[in-house]
Amino acid sequence: MEQLLEILSELHPDVDFETEEHLIDNGILDSFDIVTIVAEINGEFDVSIPAEELLPENFNSAKALYALVERLMEE
Amino acid sequence: MLFTSFNFLAFAAVLLVLYYLIPKKGQWILLLAASYFFYICAGLEYLGFILFTTISTYATAYVISIILKKQDAYLAENKATLSRDERKAYKNHVKCINRWIMIACLFLNFAILAFCKACIVEPFQAIAEERGLSFLTVALPLGISFYMFQSAGYLIDVYRGTAKAEKNFFRYALFVSFFPQLVQGPISRLSQLAPSLYAPHAFDGKQVSFGLQRVLWGYFKKLVIADRIVAAVVTLKHPEYTGVGFILLGVFYAIQIYADFTGGIDVAIGLGEALGIKMPENFIRPFFSKNIAEYWRRWHSTLGEWMKDYIFYPISVSSPMLKLSKAARKKLGNFGKRLPVYIASIATWFVTGIWHGLTPNFIVWGMLNCFVIVVSEELTPLYEKFHNRFHLKQKAWYGGFEMLRMFALMNLIRSCDLFPHVGDYFSRLGSLFTTFNFHILWDGTMMKLGLSSLDYAILGFSIVIVFAISVIQEKKGSVRELLWNKPAVLRYVLIYALFLIVLLMGSFGIGYNPGNFIYNQF
Repeated sequence: MEQLLEILSELHPDVDFETEEHLIDNGILDSFDIVTIVAEINGEFDVSIPAEELLPENFNSAKALYALVERLMEE
Repeated sequence: MLFTSFNFLAFAAVLLVLYYLIPKKGQWILLLAASYFFYICAGLEYLGFILFTTISTYATAYVISIILKKQDAYLAENKATLSRDERKAYKNHVKCINRWIMIACLFLNFAILAFCKACIVEPFQAIAEERGLSFLTVALPLGISFYMFQSAGYLIDVYRGTAKAEKNFFRYALFVSFFPQLVQGPISRLSQLAPSLYAPHAFDGKQVSFGLQRVLWGYFKKLVIADRIVAAVVTLKHPEYTGVGFILLGVFYAIQIYADFTGGIDVAIGLGEALGIKMPENFIRPFFSKNIAEYWRRWHSTLGEWMKDYIFYPISVSSPMLKLSKAARKKLGNFGKRLPVYIASIATWFVTGIWHGLTPNFIVWGMLNCFVIVVSEELTPLYEKFHNRFHLKQKAWYGGFEMLRMFALMNLIRSCDLFPHVGDYFSRLGSLFTTFNFHILWDGTMMKLGLSSLDYAILGFSIVIVFAISVIQEKKGSVRELLWNKPAVLRYVLIYALFLIVLLMGSFGIGYNPGNFIYNQF
């Protein structure tokens, strides 16, 4: 989780990713950010997030994103 | 049957009455019949196109869903005996089969779309005429882009497993052909539309009233503003209008396309609302955006979402792109990290450009949008330093400046639509630096653009109304909801006044020939 928070904070240092739960709904992350995060996660965790998983509910919070990464790692 | 024709009004009125009179179970069937009647009115010869897309995407999604079901059953049966890697390999194998089935269907459909689009472009017109398809050289089959995008999105969602295949062919046929959205969108997903499209609806006075108010608002924008200002846009395209004339063209065209497109969408969404059907919004007051990227999130947003979900994301997170990202990061630092995003953006804007038209100006238009967005993204750290240094974000006037800057920049880019020969566009653009003919604003030229003093007065008045309503929507939310809480007399007076304005100031009269919507041609 800490690695993930680091990736997110590097993109938007002003956002509190531990508490924010509407990253997409509130327009904090845009499509450019999402692709950058996917590329970073691919580098750090060696897991590919396919296009069909790029849904608001998977990116609205760091927790949701971490759950997605864990799920994809298990599959 | 254009939205602005008297026939359409009669058709919509009869449909509304019947819709709430018949048993609720039959409402969606009535809508299907009405949608096909609407489609056939555009020309019986186009019927084959929509039927082909409906049948092919329905059947393909159905086949894919059956294969997926068999896959799940096989995996459940052999849960104990299959290793994790074997399960993964089996899933990949099934996915590969489904992908090819989906690609074949999409290829066939988009080949038809490309062919139809080519038929209206000069060099291909003769070929189409030779082959007995002369009806295609005049106009595209009604709504072909919109119903095709909608059904392609559905098929991809079923393939991805994010949507369930619709079993009932007739219900699916309604999703594809639902007439309010058929002409120019919004482009919906089945999951967005289905809950209200197939549900039974009891008559709800407030809902019907809200829907009709929105329809009236749409007609106001289309008939009073767009169909009036179009005369000046046509005149300003003439080669003599350079310099300030080109700036005027940008502003007038912005007003025309905004009033035309959002007006049409208001009629569509309003009519849906009156029928109890909720469609996604397509515009979120785009001229209040502060940069081009934000503008495209607020303008024709259902197309933007479609392009993002089905073109931008799949390209940018594909394995070749992720490999490129890794390699480029080592050599180019942060820029390398963003390289896949930029490559995917170029591809997406290229597709968006050719979707708008198969003439070079639309490709240039797409690339210009992409260029500005990518450059802005790269310059973001610099902007932030500049904003922080002068505390600009805290200053009230700066927000207004950003909106004006976006408006001016977008006008310059958008004007490219109007010049099929790209050279003409760039020569006009160049004239901004060589021709300073501000005198055309007061030397009588403005009166030769096809607009009288009365037209200017009506336009000025109407634009102020649209602007004021947009500000209220931005700050306080739904204007109709606000009015609902006011005394009924005030509400009726305002609605009646708007109705009178459309009736008296709308661009129609004896021999009225309804003007087509700009987005009908896409």
